[in-house]
Amino acid sequence: MFVLIVGAGRVGSAVAKSALAAGHEVSVLDEDPLSHERLDAGQGHSWEDSGGHFTVGTALETDALVAAGIERADVFIASTDGDNTNLIIAQIAQRRFNVEKVIVRVMDPARASWYRQQGLHTISPAEQAIAMLEQALEVEHV
Amino acid sequence: MYAIIVGAGKVGRNLGRELIAKGHEVTLIEVSRECYLASEEEFEHAIQYGDGTELWVLERAGIQRADLVIAVTGDDEDNMLVCQVAKEKYLCDRIIARVNNPRNYDHFRLLDILPAVSATDLILRLIEHEVPRYGLVHLLALEEERLEIIELEVSDDAPVAGMPITEISLPDGSLVISILRDNSGFVPKPDTVIQAGDEVLLVLDPGLEEAITAYFAPDAARTAAGP
Repeated sequence: MFVLIVGAGRVGSAVAKSALAAGHEVSVLDEDPLSHERLDAGQGHSWEDSGGHFTVGTALETDALVAAGIERADVFIASTDGDNTNLIIAQIAQRRFNVEKVIVRVMDPARASWYRQQGLHTISPAEQAIAMLEQALEVEHV
Repeated sequence: MYAIIVGAGKVGRNLGRELIAKGHEVTLIEVSRECYLASEEEFEHAIQYGDGTELWVLERAGIQRADLVIAVTGDDEDNMLVCQVAKEKYLCDRIIARVNNPRNYDHFRLLDILPAVSATDLILRLIEHEVPRYGLVHLLALEEERLEIIELEVSDDAPVAGMPITEISLPDGSLVISILRDNSGFVPKPDTVIQAGDEVLLVLDPGLEEAITAYFAPDAARTAAGP
């Protein structure tokens, strides 16, 4: 499977590494060349030596998406630090490039929920944290 | 009319001021505390502090009853998102989005966020109008209606130069609506003869520009098509 991950922060880079380790072809796009170091960190080999791809560019630039291989991507993960950026590029991946599986990280539970109803696969870390905290609170009180 | 303007920078503030002066109800939404405080004195209750891409902030501003939502922040993703939720979630009748980077215009169109206005494009149009490069100037494009109005200067070797309107068989979906000659414009009659040097205004279906240019300015058509 070819996985394209846009945004190599804590989440994006960790998912990229585990996808690569699982035997997938992985390409990462990030506007900050330094984020490459996060992909190398803790690995025996550099990201490229391990078979990963890395492209510097902004997610809204069609050229950057194409250079990162969006045209042959089976999975697209939008994990930049901007909710709105993620929601927009996910729709571009879906509608313009017909990527089969598109997953979007959206911090804000309200936007995550509405876009989920519109058919986007959104994952909201805040929503998860809220649920876990609520659960932890209940356990304390039992 | 009730208008919500997201982004109270130079563009947003001036739009707000104009709309209020025309008697409309306006709410500006500004995410930067500094920018908000600077405008609060002037706009008072007509400006709210908050992130206009947050649904609850839009709801607090009364987006459910807004007739018009204008997104003019400096961030294209934010403008697209605001307009998308305004249109699709809150079923707002009219939206207008500002395009900061003209290269993002295709994304606005892909997500059906129209009209999307780009200052760079507007200035380019003006430059084209002053210095027509290919002899063809886009005066107005009505995307939704799929019509555009263009202006062409008739060149000396144009096939139509010297022909009356009735004898020119233009492609379907095009019509000469006006002729500018000797600093004045008029609506042509069937027997009006097109002359070299005339500026001709046409209404067109999109995509006919090249075909039309060949009738009025064959040189420009060749230049535009490249070597």
